[in-house]
Order: sequence, then C-alpha cells, then structure tokens
Amino acid sequence: MTQSTPFFSLRGICKSFPGVKALDDVQLDLYPGEVTALIGENGAGKSTLVKTVTGIYQPESGQLMLEGEPLILSSPDKAREHGITAIHQETVLFDELSVTENIFAGHYLRKGFFSTLDWPTMHKRAQQILESIDAPLSANTLLKHLSIGQRHMVAIARALSFDARVVILDEPTAALSHHETQELYAIVNKLKQAGCAILFISHKFDEIFSIADRFTVFRDGKYIDSGVISEVDESQLVKMMVGRSVDQIYPKVTVALGEEVLKAENLSHPTEFDDISFSLKRGEILGFYGLVGAGRTELMQGLFGVNELMTGRVSIEGQTVSIKSPAQAIAQGIVYVPEERQAQGAILDLPIYQNIGLPQLSKVNTNGWLSNYAEYQMADKFAHRLSVKAPNWLEKVENLSGGNQQKVVIAKWLATLPKVLILDEPTKGIDIGSKAAVHAFMSELVEQGLSVIMVSSELPEVMGMADRIIVMHEGLNVCQLNRDEFTAERIVSAATNGRQESA
Amino acid sequence: MKTLFKQREALLSILIVVMTLAVATITADFISLANLVIVYNDTAILIILALGQMLVIITRCIDLSVAANLAFTAMVVSMLNSQFPEIPVVFLLIIGALLGMCLGMINGLLVWKLGIPAIVVTLGTMSIYRGAVFLLSDGKWVNAHEMSESFIDIPRYVLLGLPLMAWLSILMIAVMYYFSRYQRTGREIFAAGNSPVAAFYCGMDVGKLQFKAFTISGLLAGLCGYLWASRYAVAYVDVAAGFELQVIAACVIGGISIMGGVGTVLGCVLGALFLGVINNALPVIGISPFWQMAISGAVIVIAVVVNTRAEQGHTRIILKKATLKAA
Amino acid sequence: MDNSRTIPNTAQDPDNTLNNSTGSAVSKLPSTSIKQRLMSWEFFLLLITAAVCVANSFASPYFLDPWNLSDATFNFVEKAIVALPLALLIICREIDLSVASIIALASVAMGYAAQWGADNTTLLIIGISVGICCGLFNGLLVTHFAIPSIVITIGTMSLFRGLSYILLGDQVLKDYPAGFDYFGQGYVYWVFSVEFTLFLALAVVFYLLLHHTNFGRRTYAIGKNPTGAFYSGINVKRHRLLLFILVGAFAGLAAVLLTSRLGSTRPTIALGWELSIITMVVLGGVNIMGGSGSIHGVFIAVFLMGFVTFGLGLLNVPGIVMSIIVGAMLIAVIACPVLLARYLQRPR
Repeated sequence: MTQSTPFFSLRGICKSFPGVKALDDVQLDLYPGEVTALIGENGAGKSTLVKTVTGIYQPESGQLMLEGEPLILSSPDKAREHGITAIHQETVLFDELSVTENIFAGHYLRKGFFSTLDWPTMHKRAQQILESIDAPLSANTLLKHLSIGQRHMVAIARALSFDARVVILDEPTAALSHHETQELYAIVNKLKQAGCAILFISHKFDEIFSIADRFTVFRDGKYIDSGVISEVDESQLVKMMVGRSVDQIYPKVTVALGEEVLKAENLSHPTEFDDISFSLKRGEILGFYGLVGAGRTELMQGLFGVNELMTGRVSIEGQTVSIKSPAQAIAQGIVYVPEERQAQGAILDLPIYQNIGLPQLSKVNTNGWLSNYAEYQMADKFAHRLSVKAPNWLEKVENLSGGNQQKVVIAKWLATLPKVLILDEPTKGIDIGSKAAVHAFMSELVEQGLSVIMVSSELPEVMGMADRIIVMHEGLNVCQLNRDEFTAERIVSAATNGRQESA
Repeated sequence: MKTLFKQREALLSILIVVMTLAVATITADFISLANLVIVYNDTAILIILALGQMLVIITRCIDLSVAANLAFTAMVVSMLNSQFPEIPVVFLLIIGALLGMCLGMINGLLVWKLGIPAIVVTLGTMSIYRGAVFLLSDGKWVNAHEMSESFIDIPRYVLLGLPLMAWLSILMIAVMYYFSRYQRTGREIFAAGNSPVAAFYCGMDVGKLQFKAFTISGLLAGLCGYLWASRYAVAYVDVAAGFELQVIAACVIGGISIMGGVGTVLGCVLGALFLGVINNALPVIGISPFWQMAISGAVIVIAVVVNTRAEQGHTRIILKKATLKAA
Repeated sequence: MDNSRTIPNTAQDPDNTLNNSTGSAVSKLPSTSIKQRLMSWEFFLLLITAAVCVANSFASPYFLDPWNLSDATFNFVEKAIVALPLALLIICREIDLSVASIIALASVAMGYAAQWGADNTTLLIIGISVGICCGLFNGLLVTHFAIPSIVITIGTMSLFRGLSYILLGDQVLKDYPAGFDYFGQGYVYWVFSVEFTLFLALAVVFYLLLHHTNFGRRTYAIGKNPTGAFYSGINVKRHRLLLFILVGAFAGLAAVLLTSRLGSTRPTIALGWELSIITMVVLGGVNIMGGSGSIHGVFIAVFLMGFVTFGLGLLNVPGIVMSIIVGAMLIAVIACPVLLARYLQRPR
C-alpha cells in the first residue's frame, strides 16, 4: 500500500518566534490515501508546523511541494485553494453563526448575476456532509449551542466541504469521548479511501498505532526520524520523541504526608462542574486528569477566586475561608499557575523582577512607595532558586523561552510563601529541559512541606508525579485513585467514558 | 436562547407601538396616517446612517465621523447647487455619495493599513471633516433661496403616499438586508466581527472588511448629506452636530453588539424608529427639545447595559444536566 | 490579528535584543543608559517643542515675554489638568470621552449654586463633587457591567451634556460671588497664575504617583495585561473605578477653573475638549491601547500643544481650523510610530 512518491512534502522549514526557534530545518512527507502520524511532545513544533502548512505562518526558509511542484502559501486562502485544510486543536469557528455558515464561511456557494449567496443549496450540502459523517446535527443551529464534540464535527464537515486533498488533524481527539473518537476514526478511514493525504497529530500511542500508516517524529522543533508505523514499536517511538527513556523524567520522591491543608466540599457551578469534594494533605501532589474541557481548569479557577459563580465550602487548615478574588486566595495561601501562561500567568511586557514582585507590592513596599531595589532583591532570590535563565531580571518576560516564562510565574508565587500551589498544565508547550526542571522542583517543594494540585492532560506526567489522582469527566468527579491503584487503562477509561471500570 | 434576538425585535416593536399609542392619548392626531408618515420621513436619514454604522460596529469598530461627513457633503452639494443650478439633482446625489464614500475610505484605510483604533481615527477625522466644512464655506451659510427648486423639492415629492426620501430609505433597508444576508462581503463582515481569528483562518482579510464597512458607512453618510441639505434647506458648518451619537444610539438600541459580530438590519431600523418616535413625541407632549441629547445619552447607556447582560448569559457548558437545561 | 495589533512603543529600549543568552544574572539593579534616554519619545517631543518655541519667537517678538507666555498658558492649563489623570486611565486600558461634558455639568451645578448664594469654597466643593459623581457613574458602569469604556462614555458624554442643556436651556449663568475669579484669573506670584501653579504642582504629584508608587506600578500592569494582573491578585475593577473617579474629580476641578476664568456658564462650555485632552495624552507618548506612557511625556506634550495653538493664534488662524490641526495631530502621532516601525522592520 505504500507509494514511493510523496504527494505533499516539506523540506528545510525554519520558523522562529521571539526567544524560541519553533521549527528548525524540519521535513515531512505525506502520501495519498495514507495517514501519517506526526509525533512529538508539547512544544515540539507540531502546532507551528500546522500553521505553516495552512498558510497562517510564513516560514523563514525552506520549501513546500505539492505533487512535486514548489508551493508558496501566502495566506490561509491559498492553502485552501490547493486543497490543504486543517482541523485545529482549538476549534476556531464562529459562535454566532449557523452550522451551515461555519461550514461555508470563506467559500460561500453563490449563483446568478449578483453572486447571490445560495443558502438553500448550502443548507442542503451542509446537511448532506453532516449525515455523511453521521453527525446528528441540524445545519440551522447556531454554533454557540453546540458541545465541544459537536463543534469538532462541524470543523470536520467544514474540511470536507471543499475538495480537500491534504487533511491535517491537530490532536482531534483531545476533547472527544471514546465513542466520539471511534466515529472520528471512521471518518478518517473514509478520507483515506477518497485518496486524501492525512496528517494526524497526536501524542497518544494507542491512537497512532490504530490509525496511522506512517510516522514522523519531531523533538524541540527538530526533525528526528520517519518511517512506516508497522516497523516500529511504542518504546522506539517514545525514545525518539523524548530522547531518553521515560522514567528519568519523573523525579518522584515519596514524602510523608502531613495534616490536612485544604479541604473542598461540594464545589459546584451552574454549568461547569458539580458536587466536587476532595482534601489535600501537606506534602501531597494531587493530580487532576481528564479530557480537555472536562471542567478541571474551571474548578481550579473557582478555588483561586476567579470563578464567581462557584458554590461550596473551602477550608484551609481547618478554617472555612471565603475566596471571592485572587487577592483573597493569595492571602489564604492558595496560588494558581494558569494554563494560559501568556494571557493569565505573566505580564509579558514587564521585566522579570516586576512580575515576581507584583502580587505583593504592598508587602515589599509597605508605605506605598516603590523601592525597585527591595523588589529586585526579593525577585533575585526566587528567580535564582528556580534558575531562571536571563541576562538579568530587568529582561522582559516576553523575551524568555516558554520554560523560563513558566519558571518566572512559579517564582512569582513562591515569593508569596503559599500553602497550596495549583499547577494547571504546568509543562504545556515548554521544552524538555524546563519540563524536567519543573518536575524536579515540584518534588523539592513538597519535600519542604508545600501541597501541590496538578492539572494535566498528559497521562505519564500525572501518573509519574501524583500521589493521588482525581479523574474528571464532563464536570463531574468520576473516580479517585491512590498511587498504588494507578493503571493507565483505569484512568483513561474513566476520563473518556465517565465511569469507573471495575479493576 | 435561539429566539433571543427575535424576542428583542418583537419587544422593541411592541415598545414603539406602546409609546406611539401613549402619545396618542395626549394628542390623538399623533397616530393619524399623515403624522405617521411625517414621523417616518423624519427618521429616514437616521435609519440610513444607522444602517452604515451597523456594519462598522459589527466589525468591532465605530464611526464617529458620520455626522461631520454628512455636514461636509451637504455643504459641497449645496454649494454646487447654488453655483451651478443646472446640474441635475441625481448627479448631486451621486456626487454626495461618492464624496462621502471617499471620506469613509480615509477612515477605513487608516484603520486597515495602520491598525489605528477606529475610535481614535474617527475622533480625529470627525474634527478634520468638520473643520473642512469651514474651510470650504468660509463659515458662510447656503440658504434656501440659494438652492434650486428641484434641489429642495425632489425628496419631498410624494409617490404612493410617501415622500421620495422615505422611499429611498426603504430602498436602502432592502438593499442592506440583501447585502447582509445574501452577499459574500456582507456575511464576511459578520463573520469577521464575530471572531477575527476564525475569520483569518478562513482566509478573510479582517482589516479589509473593516475598510469596506467604513466605505459603505461613508457612502451612506454622503447620501444623507444631500438629503439633509434638501430637507432643512440649509447648509452650514454645524449641520447635524452631535448627530453621530443618535446614530450610535439607534444601533445600540437595535441590539447591534458593540463587541461586534451580532446584529440585524431589522433591529437597527427598529432602533432608529424608536428614537424617531421619541424625538417626534417630545414637542407633542410638551417637553423642550433640550431633553433630546440627554435622552439619547441615557438610552445608549441603558441599551448597552441591557445588551451586555443578555450577551453575558451564555458561558461554557460542561455539565450534561446544564446542556439539557439550556436546550 | 487585527484586534490584538498594538502600536510599538518607541520609548522602548532598542538594545534589548538579548534573547537566548544564558549568563547568570547579577543581583544588583542595573540602571538605564543615557543612550536609551536620548532615544525616547519624550526627548523627541522636547526637541519639537523647542523648535516650535523658536518658530514662535520668530513669528512674534513678544512671544518670549514672560507675561505673554503666562497668558498663553491659560489656553491649555485647564485641559492639561484633566489630561494628567486621563493619562493614567488610558495607560490602564480605559478611556473617558465624557470629560468635557462632565466639565459642563459641573459648571452648571456651580452656576445654580452661586445663584442660590453659595460661597467660593462651597462652589469649589460642588464642582469637584459633581465631577466625582460623574466619574463614579462612568466607573461603576464600566467595571460592574464589564462594558468597554468607549461605549459607555460615548453615552455619558451625551447624557451629561444633555443634562446641562435640560438644566440651563439657552440661558447663561453669571452670578458668581466676588473673589470667585481668583481660581481662573488670579496670580500666585509674579507671572505664575493660580491655574498654572496648580498644574505644575499636580504634574509633580502625578509623576510621583505613576512612576514611584505601587499604585502606578499596578496601573501599568493592568494596562499591559488586565487578565494577568487580575490573576496576580490585583483588584483590577477597584483600580479602574478609582481612576474613573480621579478623572471625574479633575474634570470637576477644571470646571471650577474654567468657570472662574470665563465668569459665566453656558451649556456649550468646553464643547469638544475631549478631543484636545485625548490628543495631549496620546501626543505625550501614552499608548492608546494602554500599557505604556509617562507623565513627563504628557507634560511636554501639553506645552507643545499649547505653543502650537498659540503660534497659530498669532497667525490669526480661526478656532475651527485649529481643530483640524488637532485632529490631524491625533492621527499623525499614532500613525508615525507605526510607519516608523514598519520602515525599520523592512527586510534590507
């Protein structure tokens, strides 16, 4: 089944952003009627590659070739004209528009002298496409009324609505349930039969082995290797992906757990999560696992006082506390390292030392007057402790790499001397080195008596670091497992099906 | 949820009818057909301007320069008419529209090519265009007696019970409805306003769409330049001063979201009619015209607050039971 | 993306290109270099202002006369006093378009109070209080309902001015008590008018507030990233509300000075001032999208605007034409850095 000539290929692609070389001389080949899996950790450059291939980013150097012809994609429009289409990780669609319009936006069907939009035909086509992928949706519905899984269906329908020859699926199953994932596989097989060249991006190995024909591995923005999937096994792929064996990455230390630090009872929100209770002991790492959009981030934001509609009781060291704002959370010793590092975690345009000093300006400068010196000294202590790499602490955070930005955010919170540190996807989009440093530091912190809540969608990370795991599914607490009960099957099945399978 | 906007439009219609009837209890004459025609005709210019402003607001911008644009084109067509009365009025109308379009394009280019926030651009051009009227006219007025008969009479010509100006505004409503529903550019303006990122991913040039919206808004303002000069039979520097606020108020009342992406032609027209009825009712019920400004200000504030509350209604829905409730 | 496109801040350090260097950090606070300071927008403004002064002194031999200069300040000092807090508000990513209308409403309130026999102190308090109330109103609407301030203040601009019309119609109020003219017409020492001296003092206060206090640091942090600031424990809503109140209070103060100088109140008082005030702030290097700017920049810009207007006055240019120039300046000042950055970034 393998053909010798690639349909679409990339050679020597480079793309950098301030502080980061996202793609460094990478190559990729896609073959018609075959699924190529692009494998790599977060931050390996996969999403940047997708954006380069779909004309959103322009590469600094390198060449794209379609059927052997050189190709320049100056805009998303051009990529579409050539039949290249992507279903992005975060579905970027129009909330206020109908399903039909979401499918046809940018390439509306028109007729007649005035190029009048042909809505009846578009509705009919849309409904046909939706039926062809067995999506039980009405084309007239507004997108904002759909669930995440349904939005994915719309995104796929959109990709199918033009004659796609190259289809890119960027972690399409991250937010899908088991059933929805199976449906997606069926669609991918249909696309294969239709002769599309498919790029399937994922870091879930079971998926890759069940659907892909070929693989290409990226690590830290570099091309590592490629080949036919039947000729490799999982451990070989893992080795290529991380560049070392897995157990080295998780420096888990066993800490004797202390008394209860945080107790949460019946935490609920009208639309996001319901009746969640848990407790956290001194020195403990509590993992929260689930699919993207399972309500974990929303729950953590509730604990941090961002989510105003949350109800329920939170106690710190036995005292019931009221947390209605981040300022109150910080005062109670709860701090939150958000998933959205650039939007929520740091103020990119401020220097490192000012970022670190920000939560406790009034403590550093008690009389209200700025003392840059005192602030700098304080920041110096914690930035050193996390070994942030920068020429000096006057450097703006935006000039740092993702990993160092994350270290600044953590340093900022450690400076407030917290009791509970909430880490939301702490290693998302950062390089291997920083990742290991963050994990090592987590271990160091719990040894010093801090308690950590870690939200992560990476199974190895949760299993490697946590003492206990709470699995969430559609806003509910599905199960709670202690370290000795961890098995990948149990956790994944709980997260995708929403029920705990008997062990 | 799906019928929210339809509900809003129904609500607005009822409100307009109730207001009209309430005024009629004081002066029964208010609901005579003749008077209703007058009220509509009085609102025609506001409707046309609001339609243009709607597109601009949908793209997440705002056009504060419409009234100044109108004043400038009004002065140009009036001066042309007084100097060269032989130019047919249709040409003046076209000249006005084209001139207005050019002024709109200046706004649009600054927003598109330089990425300057629309509020700043139009705040600046508002005073530039207004100042230009002064430079052009040297501060002098063009009065009724300097204008040709046809210049003043044509919009007043009654066809099938309605003056031509009212017909023109109805035509514009129809065209805008068609444009916003059945033309690619129209739909793309909505899409770009709803989500600029998604629009970019779909291959749309958001800046260019903003430029197009400003161009249309300018064109309609130019059209209204002639209509205004003809209707009030006068052109001077301060023509329609502050009228941009009424236009924005009409849009906001009509449910055009100031955050972009949401709004309908019908809502926009109803918003303008709402203000039109108030403006016409004030003298009837014996309230001084000095109230007009404060009322449109208060209405903007109230409408924006109401809109925002409605929009903030929907959040992420993760829980199954919440999905059932929302459906 | 279009809506996230920001205007490059020319005051930034052009040497800050150290990206991947891994040297260990020094623990001492390094200081800013002289070169960096000379490259700044403020310095550029200072040069232009000096050039305008030279041009003016050629245009009129009386320009450099101290009394003449003192007279010139009356044209812009009231606006400048509002520009100071407005600069903070704009740095904080909000805006207040209703400042001129607040001035009108405060002036009307003072006019009626004076008619009913209020004394000078009461008038001062009334003017500032009305301003505070208006600012509070704006601020509560913006922060409580999370509505863009541009929209809200377009509404209140019309509302506050409209209220002045309702209260006053086409009347004029001018029964101000004796001595009320001191605020707007009096002199503290030699050529230093009360207004001007007040402005100088306030400029110092605002300089310290923005650049040397926790409050100022928070203002920048919110302006650069409101979400990030909120997640860092800053009470963003309260901070912004305070700034709205501050702007309102100073608009009230400006109303006192202006009313005192004119000696009368009409509903059209300070019409269109919001444009000049915002232009002063933006000209001073404050990014209209928030996050950067300085009080010394605004301070210089105030004089630049004042001298340009004064120079045009010497050439007998009418007021409405000046508004063209102000409008063009507003656009040009924002456009220039964009064009410059684009020129510099062009591949060579």
